[in-house]
Amino acid sequence: MTDDVLLSAKGLTKTFGDFTAVDGIDVEVRRGESFGFLGPNGAGKSSTMRMVAAVSPVTSGELRIFGQDPATHGPAIRARLGNCPQQDRLDEELSVEENLWVYGRFFGLTRAEVRARADELLDFAQLTERRKDKVEPLSGGMKRRLVIARSLINNPELLLLDEPTTGLDPQARHVLWDRLFRLKRQGVTLILTTHYMDEAEQLCDRLVVMDHGRIVAEGSPRALIQEHSTREVVEVRYDVDDHGVHAGPLEGIGDRLEILPDRVLIYADDGDAAAGAVARSGTEPLSTLVRRSTLEDVFLHLTGRTLVD
Amino acid sequence: MSALPESPRSRLVHGERRPLSAVERTWGLVGFHLTLLRRTWRGLVVSRFLTPVLFLAAMGIGIGRLVDRSSGGVAGVPYLQYVVPGIVMASAMQWAVGESTWPVMTLIKWNQMYAAMLAAPTRVADVLRAHWVVVSFGIAWGSGVFIAIAALFGGVRSWWALLGVPIAVLTAMAFVAPLFWFAARTDNEEGFTTIFRLVITPLMLFSGTFFPVSQLPIWLQPVAWVTPLWHGTELARPAFLGDPLDPGHGAGWAIHLAVLTAYVVVGGWGAHRAFRARLEA
Amino acid sequence: MLALGLARFVILRNVTSFRRGWPVFLSGFFEPVFYLFSIGVGLGALVKTVTTDSGAVVGYADFVAPAMLASAAMNGAIMDVTFNVFHKLRFAKLYDTMLATPAAPKDIAVGEVTWALIRGGIYSAGFLVVALFMGFVHSWWAVLALPAALVIGAAFAGVGMWATTYMTTWQQFEIIFLIVQPMFLFSATFFPLSSYPEALQWVVRATPLYHGVVLERGLMLGDVGSGLVGSLAYLLVLGGVGMWGAGRRIERLLLT
Repeated sequence: MTDDVLLSAKGLTKTFGDFTAVDGIDVEVRRGESFGFLGPNGAGKSSTMRMVAAVSPVTSGELRIFGQDPATHGPAIRARLGNCPQQDRLDEELSVEENLWVYGRFFGLTRAEVRARADELLDFAQLTERRKDKVEPLSGGMKRRLVIARSLINNPELLLLDEPTTGLDPQARHVLWDRLFRLKRQGVTLILTTHYMDEAEQLCDRLVVMDHGRIVAEGSPRALIQEHSTREVVEVRYDVDDHGVHAGPLEGIGDRLEILPDRVLIYADDGDAAAGAVARSGTEPLSTLVRRSTLEDVFLHLTGRTLVD
Repeated sequence: MSALPESPRSRLVHGERRPLSAVERTWGLVGFHLTLLRRTWRGLVVSRFLTPVLFLAAMGIGIGRLVDRSSGGVAGVPYLQYVVPGIVMASAMQWAVGESTWPVMTLIKWNQMYAAMLAAPTRVADVLRAHWVVVSFGIAWGSGVFIAIAALFGGVRSWWALLGVPIAVLTAMAFVAPLFWFAARTDNEEGFTTIFRLVITPLMLFSGTFFPVSQLPIWLQPVAWVTPLWHGTELARPAFLGDPLDPGHGAGWAIHLAVLTAYVVVGGWGAHRAFRARLEA
Repeated sequence: MLALGLARFVILRNVTSFRRGWPVFLSGFFEPVFYLFSIGVGLGALVKTVTTDSGAVVGYADFVAPAMLASAAMNGAIMDVTFNVFHKLRFAKLYDTMLATPAAPKDIAVGEVTWALIRGGIYSAGFLVVALFMGFVHSWWAVLALPAALVIGAAFAGVGMWATTYMTTWQQFEIIFLIVQPMFLFSATFFPLSSYPEALQWVVRATPLYHGVVLERGLMLGDVGSGLVGSLAYLLVLGGVGMWGAGRRIERLLLT
């Protein structure tokens, strides 16, 4: 194992009683990478992240973080990690800066180190003006930025972010993306989970798609789109309850058809040509939209269903 | 992030980091509780401190005068001196219960700060140890100050009463450890109100705090014997009266000490198990 | 029930919610009973007899029992109109929902206080049965002990609810605890008024629970004098003023 592999998992499995949350996945993440777990709720992303954070024991399989086994070297691993869980886990009775100070002390940092570090991170998280305020009245986006700042207090080599932007409004999401992008440029290795396609495309160099505890695809966003989708997609809507009735006349247009409850997707490298063929098909669509293929199309293709949330 | 002035020994330097000693881990977590305490101590002083003083005045002085007039005191001493160790132990118990119910639930469930601690290089044992160190110091401080107040009112007759401080801590921990166990296994905090009213209040009233257990109906007496509060009070009372080993009761003190220790050890074992099950799933 | 008008729906709702919370409901009853057996009976064996403020010499448990009855009435009433009303007022927003119906703030105030009285009344009745069974009731005047308990409950419910409308955080309930607990211990509950220095006696006489205790003690021991009328009047006035204030405040809080 080289020094540059920060995370390696082979056959990683997690069960809760009869329920298998993670079903034998293989993953490797290298230093400096930005890696994503993409999948719907219940795909096993958070269970995976908790094992990688060395806070949840592995049921079976092999897991190494910084080349160490979390079962025997949990504290040593956690000392080098930044962990930003799904729930904020802030003490709302304490002030913004106090939350950073107390957390830094958990890592054995000196008082001076914690103070200096907190000053920088408050600046990074754009919370300097609010540092003396209690956490409780902060907005969701501010709390999230504080949690990310807190997870950076120990200058981690690997930062884990479990659904960092879930539940935030669009503006707060963009502020957060900007902060995460800066971290990436500073060379921090990121592992994140998300069920937002745009987030994965924005932040991840490489990602895996998870479904039912298994990895169903792996690669860069671009490679995944190339491999599992076409360059463009035509979205066609009709004034009917069941879009299946138009499957016949549209057959043969583009590379592949996907019938969804509310629309028909036509995968084609030349979207405009396909849209023209739809117009000539004799059906009367309400609307026809040509767009570039996204990760969502990959996801639909791989799991055969629309993404919830 | 700009470079900090890091010494090579700093735990901010990338690569394998210097492991934390048990003392460092505990101290880091204690820091959290102390920071929180800085915000909440005023309310705590009022609720945890005024109650024993009020009981001292009502029971020790008010009722004490009636008891002394009718019966010439209890066990050969004025009632006030008889009841002070009882109030010290009962308050330690109440303080213990206050610390190990809602606050623990908050850290487990509502703000999940225990989980945040475990994301750092700490283990469940450190988390429990740190919390219990803080609770123990609070109780030691509280009972010390209360004993001093009681002494001002003439409720203490011997310097041995200072042993009341460690005994109060031990008695409190005999409640804290099992209650942490319970808190980690419960999801419904309404149960706490019922515990307070239906368990803790009767314990205070019937465990030899205010009158000897021998006054109770014979069938109730064995109930008192299993409660940590009775053992704590029985252990403390001879000390407060000037004779900690109380030769009149043979090796009684050793039994009390053993029972209280057993509560702490078994409770601590269970709490550790329950915390691991709940927080390290 | 009809005379209560729409307030009865407020009561019905509380009854429904308490069918689930019965352990908490029961615990409020047991507390004074525990005190009666511990302090009154257990410690009472050492106190033996005590001279009441009206000069009668009675057994200690007989002395404590009426005071615990008054405390039961207070407990039942005050717990309901403080914690529960606060929760409904500030968090559950239950009253806003109720006011979207034809109910008026007055109905809410009357409904909540009546419910508190029912609760206090159940505790008191239960306690009275225990006291009777244990032989702590010495006079037919005790027939009036239950109505007297309702008067005590009304006084605390009115004032407690009024106070609750001014609260904004749970921490402020420490204040209620800080008032109720000393009152419980020092309102001539466990030892007669004559035990206090002169100046403190006047402080004690100013507290509502003291008058409740005087009332119940007179009735249960059969030691009825004109002094009871004064205590009764004190409690009635307090309850009336409290409910008037609470109704006004709730109107201000909800209809803005």
